[in-house]
Amino acid sequence: MAAIRQTFFQECEEQLSEMELGLLAMDEGNADSETVNAVFRAVHSIKGGAGAFKLTELVQFAHTFETALDHVRSGKLTPTPEMMKIMLRAADVLSDLVEASRDGREINEASYEGVATDVKALTMVDGVEEVEEAIDFQPTVIDFGLPDVSVEAVSEPDKSHEYRISFTPRPELYANANETTLILRELNRLGVMEASCDTSGVPRLEEIDPNGAYFSWSLRLASAEELPAIREVFEFVEGEAELSIETDGQPEVSDADIAALLAQALGNTASTETTETQETTELRPPEPAPIEHAAPVRAGSTEPAAVPQPANDVIKQETKVAAAAPAQTTIRVEFDRVDRLINLVGELVINQAMLSQRVIEANFAGSSSVVIGLEELEQLTREIQESVMAIRAQPVKPLFQRMSRIVREVADATGKEVRLKTEGEATEVDKTVVERLAEPLTHMIRNAVDHGIETPEERLAAGKPAEGVVRLTAAHRSGRIIIEISDDGAGINRQKVLASAIKKGLIPPDTQLSDNDIDNLLFLPGFSTAATVSNISGRGVGMDVVKRSIQALGGRISISSRPGQGSTFSMSLPLTLAVLDGMAVSVAGQTLVVPLTAIVETLKPKKADVHGLGAEGRVMSIRETFVPLIDVGTQLGFRETATQPENSVAILVETDGGARNALLVDSIQDQRQVVIKSLETNYGTVAGIAAATILGDGRVALILDVDALVTRSFEDSLSSELRYGTGG
Amino acid sequence: MTQTILTVDDSRTMRDMLKMALAEAGFNVLQAVDGVDGLEVLQTAMPDVIVTDINMPKMDGFGLIEAVRKDNRYRKVPILVLTTESDAAKKMRAKEAGATGWIVKPFEPTKLIAAIRRVAA
Repeated sequence: MAAIRQTFFQECEEQLSEMELGLLAMDEGNADSETVNAVFRAVHSIKGGAGAFKLTELVQFAHTFETALDHVRSGKLTPTPEMMKIMLRAADVLSDLVEASRDGREINEASYEGVATDVKALTMVDGVEEVEEAIDFQPTVIDFGLPDVSVEAVSEPDKSHEYRISFTPRPELYANANETTLILRELNRLGVMEASCDTSGVPRLEEIDPNGAYFSWSLRLASAEELPAIREVFEFVEGEAELSIETDGQPEVSDADIAALLAQALGNTASTETTETQETTELRPPEPAPIEHAAPVRAGSTEPAAVPQPANDVIKQETKVAAAAPAQTTIRVEFDRVDRLINLVGELVINQAMLSQRVIEANFAGSSSVVIGLEELEQLTREIQESVMAIRAQPVKPLFQRMSRIVREVADATGKEVRLKTEGEATEVDKTVVERLAEPLTHMIRNAVDHGIETPEERLAAGKPAEGVVRLTAAHRSGRIIIEISDDGAGINRQKVLASAIKKGLIPPDTQLSDNDIDNLLFLPGFSTAATVSNISGRGVGMDVVKRSIQALGGRISISSRPGQGSTFSMSLPLTLAVLDGMAVSVAGQTLVVPLTAIVETLKPKKADVHGLGAEGRVMSIRETFVPLIDVGTQLGFRETATQPENSVAILVETDGGARNALLVDSIQDQRQVVIKSLETNYGTVAGIAAATILGDGRVALILDVDALVTRSFEDSLSSELRYGTGG
Repeated sequence: MTQTILTVDDSRTMRDMLKMALAEAGFNVLQAVDGVDGLEVLQTAMPDVIVTDINMPKMDGFGLIEAVRKDNRYRKVPILVLTTESDAAKKMRAKEAGATGWIVKPFEPTKLIAAIRRVAA
């Protein structure tokens, strides 16, 4: 049951996202009936499953929501922008309730009562809630469980009732695959039964309709069961037969009475019509045959013989539709299994690289079958690797959908009118990347609405439409995913940003900065531009945190802004975290890997470019600017003394906040894709090292953590300067 | 002989629950995700009973019942519809389409099995 519960909540997530998508389409006014139906079905399914797990609050709210959707579906309600606002809020509540139910949290009804009332109001006609069918959490009246045949009842017939049943099936009964035999079998289980069949209604052979119903039954049943249990046997065939039950000689409830009750209960025209039709087509039941000829019923066919009809290929036609749209094309796999596979493929890649290395060392001719075979293996390995990575890939759609809620909430809280437009939701990226993007993306979307978009009044005054647009797009570009968040707001107020940065002491007062430099100040730790710290974006989480989380994913973030026209934040992220594009370099006989994302350029320094700074520090001049020079060999303790720059290679890297540093290494080997092996899991944390990988020759190479290396170098030089200061 | 039940429901949760309840009672279970898929399954299988949801994409329960009843091969296969609420109008529509009986969701396994046994030959 726990597994089904898990399935239920997984399915809820899918349904919620389907619902959200449909509602957004409805909100934009381009929803066809299938979209409305899909939204209805999603809510309906959630309600159905929730009922099975007795999640009362969830069922209640889903029911309210579903009723409103049903009104839209049936055309009783035409969506208006106000109504869609309510519907979207209801969607938010529903997803909160699902989440709370999943986590077993208490749900404070007051928190969504308002929305529930609004939704209910949608279906009210002149202030009166339209009567809808009551919700059944429990299978109530309809209890068709077989009552146990009580031995006691059979042996003590004096406690029994005697039922006299007259039962005349109509053709519909057989057409709907019900069987008189089965009904008699069922009755027979309830007690001691005698049955007799009146065959007087059977016409002459040539007049027999194979789909007709010609028998009439008289049954006498001695049973300890009460009338409802007897009625229940006929539950499915009510309306398909004439039935009267006499209990211990008491007057019976006739079919006509039931039909009248049914019509009254339904109170709608469609069912009344049905009832009328039934009445007009009713066959008069033949007089029951005398009971004296009765014999206990045994299983035997009483149905009219099925006469073959001309072959009908309805089902065949339908299958063509099915073939065009395969119904179920997914399987569910535990995440661990995929990860294990990815690890194994990682090993395979390493193994294959080692094999290639051996072959090169063995000096095989390029045309030899070994070399050709190896090339094929290499190709296959790469394809397997890509395919396995694709298993972990997920579309960004669910992530993007969540953002529309953030936009709504922040817009409501700030009194702004904002619409979120998304593009490229189908773009796929590693599951971990999707998961870890949620937080920075949420923060940036909040910022875009809170700080980017102006109030409706300001927008109108600036000649813009009152409603602002936040655009969220995703696309693949050269093996990476590019996510952009742009708004059509006022753009970055550079004067304010500059003033704020100076005031906070983040930059010296007389600093001359380009527009782009000013925009990038937003990423500095401790920066906040909000004139009044709102309770929306001003939560102490700045853009610096956003930038750091993007960088932790191996990504980069940049910003561009045009006054009066808005700002765009652009992120470039790797598609997977399992492999890394790196530059293999040599330092003191060791091979190290520098992540390509951090590298700006590589340079061959001249002696004159390098200048001493302080006790041990060195800087390098690159086109009129100076950047700190970090000797990787000494920094990581591979050697004692610093290398001569003219015998080395400098790799210009960019770190947090766009700071540039030059890493001094002995030589560059090549660029390659490496499989990331966690150092923490296998060894321990080492400052300046992000992870490790295994090279083709079987040796372990360390992958540099450029940011940490730069920070460490900065701290070292600071402490050595302090030493120098006290010593001198 | 083991009886085969075809369950048609777009909800994975419901399919899983049906399967668990039916398999436990010794039935052989076939599954389909909507009406179209159900008809596809029927191409190669002859279930003893069909249990179908009503609200489904592509082809709903009513559509499935009508299509099944029109096909001579499946004319006599009992069909039980799953309804979330004891909605008389829906039951009546299902009956008009050719349903044999119904099961009210959320169902209790014993009642599900009893309903199936009642219509299965």
